[in-house]
Amino acid sequence: MGESVIGAWIAAFLTLGILTFLYKDNVIYKISEAIFIGVSAGYWFITLFWDNLYRKFWVVGIEGGQWELWGGIILGVMMLCRLSRKIGWIARWPMSFIIGAVAGLYMMLYFTSNAMVQIRSTISNLTESVNVGDPYYIIGNIVVAAGTFSGLVYFYFSKEHKGVFGATAKVGIWFIMVTFGAAFGYTVMSRMSLLIGRIDFLLSDWLKLIS
Amino acid sequence: MYPLRSAALIVVLLVLTGLPLAAQSDIPIDSAVVDSATVDSVAPFPPLPPTNLEAVDVANDAGGALSLSWTLSPDDASLVTKYLILRSSGDGAPFAIIGETTQSQNNFTDNNAGENKDFYYRVVAHGEGDVDTLKLTSQANTSAVVGPTHSTAQWFHWGRLNVLIGLIAVCAAILAYINVAKSGKELYIRKIAGIEAVEDAIGRATEMGRKIFYIPGIMDMDDMQTIASIPILGRVAEIAARNETFLDVPVSRSLVMVTAREAVRDGYARAGRPDAFNEDQVHYLTDDQFGYAAAIDGMVVREKPATIFYMGAFFAESLILAETGNAAGAIQIAGTAMPSQLPFFVTACDYTLIGEELFAASAYLSREPKLLGSLKGQDFGKGLALLAIVLGIILELLDQAYDLGIGFLRILSIE
Repeated sequence: MGESVIGAWIAAFLTLGILTFLYKDNVIYKISEAIFIGVSAGYWFITLFWDNLYRKFWVVGIEGGQWELWGGIILGVMMLCRLSRKIGWIARWPMSFIIGAVAGLYMMLYFTSNAMVQIRSTISNLTESVNVGDPYYIIGNIVVAAGTFSGLVYFYFSKEHKGVFGATAKVGIWFIMVTFGAAFGYTVMSRMSLLIGRIDFLLSDWLKLIS
Repeated sequence: MYPLRSAALIVVLLVLTGLPLAAQSDIPIDSAVVDSATVDSVAPFPPLPPTNLEAVDVANDAGGALSLSWTLSPDDASLVTKYLILRSSGDGAPFAIIGETTQSQNNFTDNNAGENKDFYYRVVAHGEGDVDTLKLTSQANTSAVVGPTHSTAQWFHWGRLNVLIGLIAVCAAILAYINVAKSGKELYIRKIAGIEAVEDAIGRATEMGRKIFYIPGIMDMDDMQTIASIPILGRVAEIAARNETFLDVPVSRSLVMVTAREAVRDGYARAGRPDAFNEDQVHYLTDDQFGYAAAIDGMVVREKPATIFYMGAFFAESLILAETGNAAGAIQIAGTAMPSQLPFFVTACDYTLIGEELFAASAYLSREPKLLGSLKGQDFGKGLALLAIVLGIILELLDQAYDLGIGFLRILSIE
């Protein structure tokens, strides 16, 4: 009980301390900021140590004898070579491997989801709506197809945005901006819920004004 | 006479209770295993069993899955409440329930079949009624046993052959364009406002005698946006070193710190100022998203940088960072492919690289043949996509109107 009360007071102090930044930079904010950074860095160090070095490297890789993990373990050890000035260059190899592997993996994923599935859905939704015959449905899918097409034209870098091509690209950026407007409103609402969460903490957990 | 009558009576009773039928199975059934499973009831008059049970390896997977299908019980609509799937590893091992399907469903996938392990299967048509687990083991409501069958991994997913062909086409285009770029031929890339402003923004910091902040996002090196951010950082470092302007790179991931240091060091070397590079220019803050944002906010307010770059993957901290930078009077250039964060950067920053522009930036800035060729190759892919959309809509509409049987969408289907 005592510990939770102390914890709530510390959390409330830090929450209010961070919020004082809304007025201006001040000593309380600096203290809260320093505690936040230090504690979170320490927390993540411990979390990553136990999750990776202990559970994956030691328990599964060494004790569990899962030799397929040794590829990753060796790369990890190579990465640690960076701590030495003499053999620091070895750390470039695992780095290159990670970047290359990620690029290859995402190339396949993006080509599948962002290219083929997107193109297929654009075509099939429009043609199906024509088949159904509902005018609102057809107009909606024409807008989607036009947005996809003109958006792609905007992101085509090999041709100057002039003439018909430029006009289509302009339509594309309008579609993108309208989408941003909708996303802006949606995300602002979700940010409000974060603020409400902190105020709820202050009023219920700390001040006990809300039961 | 009495012994004979008794024997006949026993035979009749055995037939009626179904025990002799269960004995026909070639795989022994351990009723104890079935009893202990979650079987609550079986009809006093059990439904007829499902037939034509088949168990086959799931195609185009990494192994570990077997697909079962059967013909529904003739009593499916009347007596059957569900189908129980029983599995045995053979060699006298008992059958155990591994799953169930609803009435009228005639397929099931066993996702725990391991790799190259033989299994036998049978399916029980389960009806309503009193608890009588012995009935479960009878053949009155149980399909014939199938097996042995096993699952294997496939090296190639034939359902994604079209993806391979598409990728080969794009990669071939990239290689061809790289060769063209290496031959010295000028490759045209249209102007991108946000990238054009990079040099001016660094020049502003030089004129004002203030530092530059470069924020590479909060994701690790396993994110494409962070990877795309690193070459841009290298170019920014090169210009900053040439202008003798201090570049500060706070990061939230240790791997990003290592990579960013390499990029900045290379940038300083290209500018002919390797002596000016200090490893502490690229420094770790914390992995925590909002801890990182709080730290950068404090640094921006206190150190008042003239220019801030936000290039990489950002989440909820995007507006916190961009608003603070804006309030501090810095010129800000952002670039991200996070759709939900782009609106905030568009509103709070002077220039924003939208999605694909972030990936094009490094090629545009460096004019390096490999990057330029890669960008042109991607444009080739986009050209194909544009063509596919127009052609696909026309052909599919013609197909619908005149039943031509072209089936253009099959080319784009992915299993």
